[in-house]
Amino acid sequence: MATYTLKAKQRRSALRTLAFLSPWLIGFAVFFAYPMISTVYFSFMHYDGFKPPTWSGTKNWTYVFEHYPFFWPALRNTLWLVVIMVTLRVLFGLGIGMLITKIKTGTGVFRTLFYLPYLAPPVAATMAFAFLLNPGTGPVNSILEKIGIPAPGWFNDPDWSKPALTLMFLWGVGDLMVIFMAALLDVPKEQYEAAELDGASAWQRFRFVTLPNISPIIMFAVVTGVIAAMQSYTQPLVAGKVASGVIQGAGTMFEPGYPEHSTLTLPQLVYNLGFQRFDYGSACVVALVLFALSMAFTALLMRRRGGLIQAGD
Amino acid sequence: MTQVLDRPAELTAPSSPAERTARRKALLEWIAVHSLGVAAALFFTLPFVFVFLTSLMSDSQALSRDLVPHTWEWANYRKVFDTPGFLTWWKNTLVYAGLGTVLTVVSSVPVAYALAKFRFRGRNLTLMLVISMMMLPPQVVVIPMYLFWAKQLDLSGTLWPMIIPLAFGDAFSIFLLRQFLLTIPNEYLDAAKVDGCGDLRTLLKVVLPMARPGIAAVALFQFFAAWNDYFGPQIYASENPNAWTLSYALESFKGAHHTDWNLTMAATVLVMAPVILVFFFAQKAFVEGVTLTGVKG
Repeated sequence: MATYTLKAKQRRSALRTLAFLSPWLIGFAVFFAYPMISTVYFSFMHYDGFKPPTWSGTKNWTYVFEHYPFFWPALRNTLWLVVIMVTLRVLFGLGIGMLITKIKTGTGVFRTLFYLPYLAPPVAATMAFAFLLNPGTGPVNSILEKIGIPAPGWFNDPDWSKPALTLMFLWGVGDLMVIFMAALLDVPKEQYEAAELDGASAWQRFRFVTLPNISPIIMFAVVTGVIAAMQSYTQPLVAGKVASGVIQGAGTMFEPGYPEHSTLTLPQLVYNLGFQRFDYGSACVVALVLFALSMAFTALLMRRRGGLIQAGD
Repeated sequence: MTQVLDRPAELTAPSSPAERTARRKALLEWIAVHSLGVAAALFFTLPFVFVFLTSLMSDSQALSRDLVPHTWEWANYRKVFDTPGFLTWWKNTLVYAGLGTVLTVVSSVPVAYALAKFRFRGRNLTLMLVISMMMLPPQVVVIPMYLFWAKQLDLSGTLWPMIIPLAFGDAFSIFLLRQFLLTIPNEYLDAAKVDGCGDLRTLLKVVLPMARPGIAAVALFQFFAAWNDYFGPQIYASENPNAWTLSYALESFKGAHHTDWNLTMAATVLVMAPVILVFFFAQKAFVEGVTLTGVKG
């Protein structure tokens, strides 16, 4: 009798867990597992969305890696953003985070002003920066020229389009500021006092007290930054389109990544191949590359030891 | 925010040279830090200022290199509202963001609760899958999803392909809520159980009221995720301007008006303004949400 009730209890508790998890479990199956299997399937099929899909073996794969002119430029641009933009964003975010902990007068006002750009909708922020950095009429170049600094072409110059994007991402560094601020305020005060007693200089206090204490947060910022950079889609796409002056309307074709593919990122290729060229098979190949990369970085975030997000208690 | 003036006390008796140098050092540091603060504030604020100023310029002046409007053309905002479709886009955005937020909260709360408070086999695996989904670019599964919504259900050109998935739990919201629910002591739940509450009642009567700040943060993030979404509307709604949302329509706005930077910037202000306005009413929820996802593991 006792074992019977125990079993019944276990079954009830399992059912209860399933019931609570069910929205996510259904969503996972329908909006991830099923499409993921389809993506693998379509990556080996020729499919244009109209005629039924036909088996094409590895043709899509060789097409993407060897003949599709945008894949390698897009991968290079993505890596550029992953390395340079993320590094600068973490350094700048840490700097602003440290600055805000040092500000003693009007802290609330400063913090709000530093944080607001993070909230600007990506499209709106990109439109704003496309205007601000417009070489012809933009206020930034007007000011630069007034003070005698040679003004770059920003989103209209392939050498400057990624730095322009980076500048915009630095502007929206408010999320990192908040995270770093919280981490910096958590560093035990006694450690600073002890270091000061030992005669440590400001740099030594930063190097031997601050850094070790906040290094997990720095790693978190780096890895989440890398994942976000790898996914960057809206900003480079809109910046390229607006700077190129393409008027968008039904059926307009535009060369992605203006100028000279310099703002092309991997996620944009899925759109270009799938929804502009109606080559769903090749689009799925790029989607799988993107999947492999994002899962690799996510694994880094969740490594069992030294992982940044622990699953267990 | 408490405001502590870091200036040395002025009423102390004549001080030793060492104290004076320390005082001078503190004052210099105060000046240096606050000058840097002002410089940073300019960097973060000036883009907003220039966008706003341009939104008030005349057509011809917006194409010049002037920084400040000669005449303040408030009528530009009127013109934006008069653009065919603008009110529809506004309404669509509210439907997508509003309905999506409600569905996300309703479907994510029980999942987060189970992940934070139930003990069951496969819990860590489930949580890891949730985190992986959070990191997944939407482009990875978009081809089959598009074919599913457009070809099988004939729902392209509507907001439904973007809204319906939110009724099945959103990974980021689940994760954030789980982080928040972990901070609620188990003693409250045990007490509820002793009082004879079932799971659902414990969740509704005990946990939910305590989780209000977490839910507020999730709701805000979800609302703005929809408000900011560009990819979803581009895939599912682009063919039908009556289904566009503001973020998607904003860019085509520039197309419709060629190089009317003044009107484009007025529209940009109108897309940014609600987010910033809401922030001033809900600062705490925003900042709490960011720290919860970032700092606590």
